[in-house]
Amino acid sequence: MRKLPLVLTAAGLAAAPAVAPTAAWAADLTVNVELPRISSASYHRPYVAVWIEKPDQSTAQTLAVWYQQTRNSEGDGKDWLKDLRTWWRKGGRAMTMPADGLSGPTKAPGRHAVTVPAARLRALPAGQYNLVVEAARELGGRELVRVPFRWGAANTAAGSGSTELGAVRVAVTR
Amino acid sequence: MKKTFAFLTLAAVLAAPLSAQAHRAWLAPTSTVLSGNDAWVGFDAGMSNGVFIPDHAAMRLAGLTITAPDGSTAQAENLHQAKYRSSFDLHLSQPGTYRVANVGSGFMASYKQGGEAKRWRGAEADFATALPADATEVEAVRTESRTETFVTLGAPNETALAPTGKGLELVPVTHPNDLVAGEAATFKLLLNGQPAADVEVAVARNGLRYRDNPEEVTVKTDAEGAFSVTWSEAGLYWLGAAVRTPGANGQPGVNASWNGALEVLP
Repeated sequence: MRKLPLVLTAAGLAAAPAVAPTAAWAADLTVNVELPRISSASYHRPYVAVWIEKPDQSTAQTLAVWYQQTRNSEGDGKDWLKDLRTWWRKGGRAMTMPADGLSGPTKAPGRHAVTVPAARLRALPAGQYNLVVEAARELGGRELVRVPFRWGAANTAAGSGSTELGAVRVAVTR
Repeated sequence: MKKTFAFLTLAAVLAAPLSAQAHRAWLAPTSTVLSGNDAWVGFDAGMSNGVFIPDHAAMRLAGLTITAPDGSTAQAENLHQAKYRSSFDLHLSQPGTYRVANVGSGFMASYKQGGEAKRWRGAEADFATALPADATEVEAVRTESRTETFVTLGAPNETALAPTGKGLELVPVTHPNDLVAGEAATFKLLLNGQPAADVEVAVARNGLRYRDNPEEVTVKTDAEGAFSVTWSEAGLYWLGAAVRTPGANGQPGVNASWNGALEVLP
């Protein structure tokens, strides 16, 4: 297991020259997700998935999945990943969790940033996309926010949820 | 009193056409889309006029057949037959799609003896020697029924959905655990492995008791046995189809039926 990071780095270096022309803009993608404070007698932090969607609504790449990382008396955290219904159907069910660089524990209400370095988006051709954030909360609701953005040049975009999600901001830098 | 009497008469009139129609058989899962390393799903099975409403008879589960995602046979647990429903659990221990079916067959004959209409029901093997020698106008029918549903742990697959080639069956074009409100889904009906063309499929959504409009629709299969449904709302849907093949040349007729429960998510 310890050797794995070395192997990955070597692969990354090897691939870098080949993709240099397409990665000329070498942009980073930053997504800001606001989880609203919700008054509830039994508040549980939401499960959240963040992904890039092609214009035909198929999934280009999952960027982040926040879910309960542990097993408790009610079951394993992965048992409820399917409640992120749209993400689950459009790609989540084909992935293995936990996933390196993607998955993490649930977050408290507030603003959270997901920064994706350009290297992780090498395979994404320039063009118009949607940034999708889905949140599902135990004993609560589910909400999906789509924010159209352009990959290929610096730009920003924003959207907002009304129940389970607050403001969602997308920034393509450089 | 008069009002009550009038109501009862009306009720009797209304009930008459319903009782002529067979009760619907259904096998309802507690959930169909699951995640995690393993999961449990419960099932209720019954027959009633309103689909998934256990108010008439429990289904006998003698023909319960569960096919696991790798094509092997899985076992039901905690089997129980109550008054209005039979229930059991399934432990999903491998990723993929499980096909959960209750498959039944039967044989019956109607005939006349001395001008009197009579019926016989039993095993097909006994039929040749079962009827009296002076029986006339003998009409024999074999019934083949399949009542089923599908549940998926993780990513869906189609190994368990391969047709058996016996009776009336549903084969996916759209995966039966990949159904979303507002989208269209397409399936094919096969009769003994061959496309079942021009067959009516009834589509009914659960929750009939809590609304006035049955919202039931009927679609027809095309020449390839295919039919499409656009799900207007999320819910557990019952689909039912039957094909009657009349007997000929001494062969019994066949009544083949298929009933399925498909969950549509929002």
